[in-house]
Amino acid sequence: MSRLDWQVGTVTAIRTETPQVKTFTLRLPQWTPHRAGQHYDLRLTAPDGYQAERSYSIASPPEQTGEIELTVEEIPEGEVSGYLFDGVAVGDQLELRGPIGGYFVWPAGPADAPLLLVAGGSGVVPLMAMLRHRQRAGLTNPAVLLFSVRTPDEVIYQQELEALSAADPAFTLLLTYTRQAPEGWPGYHRRLDSAMLAEAVAHLPSPPQCYVCGPTGLVENAATLLQVQGLPDAAIRTERFGPTGS
Amino acid sequence: MPFVNKGFHAKRPTDGGHKLPPGQYETQDFPVLTAGPTPRIPLVNWEFRIEGLVETPTKWSWNEFNALPMQSFNPDIHCVTKWSKFDTKWRGVSLDTLLEHVQLKPEAKFVMAFSYGGYTTNLPLADLRDGKAFIGLEYDGKPLAAEHGGPARLVVPHLYFWKSAKWVQGLRFMADDEPGFWEDNGYSMYGDPWKEQRYRSDDDETDTASFRL
Repeated sequence: MSRLDWQVGTVTAIRTETPQVKTFTLRLPQWTPHRAGQHYDLRLTAPDGYQAERSYSIASPPEQTGEIELTVEEIPEGEVSGYLFDGVAVGDQLELRGPIGGYFVWPAGPADAPLLLVAGGSGVVPLMAMLRHRQRAGLTNPAVLLFSVRTPDEVIYQQELEALSAADPAFTLLLTYTRQAPEGWPGYHRRLDSAMLAEAVAHLPSPPQCYVCGPTGLVENAATLLQVQGLPDAAIRTERFGPTGS
Repeated sequence: MPFVNKGFHAKRPTDGGHKLPPGQYETQDFPVLTAGPTPRIPLVNWEFRIEGLVETPTKWSWNEFNALPMQSFNPDIHCVTKWSKFDTKWRGVSLDTLLEHVQLKPEAKFVMAFSYGGYTTNLPLADLRDGKAFIGLEYDGKPLAAEHGGPARLVVPHLYFWKSAKWVQGLRFMADDEPGFWEDNGYSMYGDPWKEQRYRSDDDETDTASFRL
């Protein structure tokens, strides 16, 4: 079987991350080690033969063998996400193929440059795979995650990120709340801007490799602001991610 | 027995006059996908080049290019990330028009489209001819926005939309097929949405052979 054939995975766990976001753990009969940042295609088939496909980023690190975690945001009227949220339970089977994608990936290595990850909303998912891989592989590259969310209940992976931030001095978590911040929040309470990206870059000892993932507006804005910081285009990798059109 | 997801049904019927390729869904938006920052190209510096296996390499400035005969195009477009958009409204210059200005060498069979910002994508020459491709300068009655590939984008609507190179700077004619940017990163060499050729392993050999002829 070639790497990109469809296979039938089994849902072994479903975790609620936020009111709109769930993580599905799927055991795969043909698991292939992925690179952090890659995705799987998921396909649903109706009894009349109608099929719908979507791509979902892998949240788990390649060290988590035999299974993958896909973190899915429920999109209003979403044909596939709606079914996953309401129609899928532990023990159910889903068709998948992957891992896919060769550019928005982190080629982790001890000699690598620092990592600047910029996420908007569920765009944090492939970046989380990078952070989990960095942690599980024992890598010590300085890393910053600048994570933009609208409200306090939208911080996907919040506990894990805060724990990582507390335990790992080489990792900095920068959250910004664009609409409503928690009571007494001392941090950012605005959209991504030039000053915020300059501060994120300043946390790192040398120019970083950047991965930006989120809604189009955020990605366009952040990529342009990183160019303004003097980072070369080749150091800025982007991926649009989010509800547009699904 | 084919795999079925119990209780799953199509949520939205698609627009009557249009067909969706397998695995695609219709969107009213115009999503943006880019591997890196959006290049901003001042029009005074812009040029479009035809090079490689041609008798005389040719180039146009922005004003020269805009003086070429323009046409309207209303294609359905299909992105490999699963969205399709029906009846998009473009104005631009047909590749047939551009090819009237150059004499190709007989061994020219493939094309590498190259873009400001370094993007490349490969296509068979036959897929650019006979009204199948154009350089889009306007979208929805306005100059094409930079995030959608402006000032000028190659549009090849019968193939997945990554073949429609944003910020296109020129075409290089070649004797043999070579992978461009996404093709080098595991995506199909040809990208036919109706055959669902998303990834390299979706390309079938007979197909490749037929367009090599």
